[in-house]
Amino acid sequence: MKEYLIVSGRDINILYPHVNVWGFGIPLYLFIGGLAAGILIFATLFYLMGKDKEFPVTVKIATIVPPLIIALGLLFLIGDLRHKPFFWQLLTHFRLQSPMNWGAWTLTIVFILSLLWPLSFIDDMIEYFQQHNRKKWANAFIWIKNLIEKVRIFKVIVDWFTKNRKAFAIITLIFSIILGIYTGILLSTMNARPLWNTPILGLLFLTSGISTATVTIMWITDNEIERRLFTKIDFYTIILEMYLIFQLFFNLAQGPEIQVKTAQLFFGGEFTAIFWALFVMLGLVVPWILEILELKGFHVPVAVPAFLILYGGLVFRYIMVYAGEISSFLPSPTILH
Amino acid sequence: MRYAMAVDTRKCVGCGDCVVACQTENNVPLGYARDWIVEIVKGSYPNTLKVHFESRRCHHCDDPPCVRVCPTGASHIVEGGIVKVTPEECIGCGACIEACPYEARYFHPDGYVDKCTFCDHRVKNGQDPACVEVCPTHCLIFGDLDDPESPVSKVLKEREYYTLAPDAGTHPNLFFLK
Repeated sequence: MKEYLIVSGRDINILYPHVNVWGFGIPLYLFIGGLAAGILIFATLFYLMGKDKEFPVTVKIATIVPPLIIALGLLFLIGDLRHKPFFWQLLTHFRLQSPMNWGAWTLTIVFILSLLWPLSFIDDMIEYFQQHNRKKWANAFIWIKNLIEKVRIFKVIVDWFTKNRKAFAIITLIFSIILGIYTGILLSTMNARPLWNTPILGLLFLTSGISTATVTIMWITDNEIERRLFTKIDFYTIILEMYLIFQLFFNLAQGPEIQVKTAQLFFGGEFTAIFWALFVMLGLVVPWILEILELKGFHVPVAVPAFLILYGGLVFRYIMVYAGEISSFLPSPTILH
Repeated sequence: MRYAMAVDTRKCVGCGDCVVACQTENNVPLGYARDWIVEIVKGSYPNTLKVHFESRRCHHCDDPPCVRVCPTGASHIVEGGIVKVTPEECIGCGACIEACPYEARYFHPDGYVDKCTFCDHRVKNGQDPACVEVCPTHCLIFGDLDDPESPVSKVLKEREYYTLAPDAGTHPNLFFLK
């Protein structure tokens, strides 16, 4: 039997024909959160394993990226708010049941930690850039070092963190994992959106974030051993990610009617082509095959799989946010003006 | 005290009086509405073509996901289980709009999130919400579920009803009488 729903009395474009609130900024913010978290997880983990001499790019150089992109992410987050003058309210409240709240706190803490981590290695950074003939970078860090030397409070803080680096690494590692999971949990707590409301999303977003971080390190490094190791790590991370995607749809397809309908958005519905071709094929399978070729000894320009994984991570988040907003318990109505 | 509303879908003719009354009472900006009419047409002509109307608004759920996800506590529950928003605490992040399965919330043009308050300023004085007051067919029934003698308790005892999206686990307090 056919059923039509007609809504009259209001014409609100963020609600009809479906919810459309988190358009541009939030998926980008989730991508940035995952990428920054991933880079910091590797940096702190490799440091704690005592590999900072062996893998200088992972532990030190790549960590220049997180503070820069988190600052950008915070701008996107604030830019997405509709009641901007009241932004400060977010940091005067602490609510554990609201991921938007503890996520903002986590991001703020990780931002501060991510600023301090590369600064605690500033001498090594300068040395690395001088050795690698990157004069501009070396000069930039010399300038920062001089600034820290001049301002006493900066020096005290940086010195303290440099001295207590092991504890610093453990705390950063924990908060980075929380940040990576949070990017998925932010969506999965919305029980009104069947696509998001699944426990697998936190792990899936963390895995995807780690994959994007892996290729970023792989792309930045000029050390052949480091590049090979991270190609290998990404090879396994992609397998895990593909399994989690399979599990996500498997769960949806076995669930109640509303979840089955949601899964249909990706199997014949409007997201079929964009999800399977533009994300799974181009953003996962193709770079995965290129990484296998690389590991088998063929020469593949590192920029190609790295770019595709980063692109895939971004597209994945856009698709998940948009499709999630469309997935709803109530059928979408026709509007009568 | 637990306020609830029942909508008699047999009586509702979809006139939209409740919408206009709410807009007037609560100074709702042009183009927006805290309550709205949904016309549900089933079947296909010339066979069993059936139509009924639902006057919808915030469901003032017992377990409101909007309150849970709000990062600042701007969305909160006041006496009687009414879900409200404090504009000065709302940052306009939209999490509550995403969390609501009933599309009951929207951004006010000033940026904060706005929604039905069950006219708590009237209810406090013993009056009915504006939409209930003006309904020409008396299809809207408001009252306290904790009081077995309230009109809404009585009608829910007598009549069969349904709620929207019960699977979302929100335990809504807007009931539709069959």
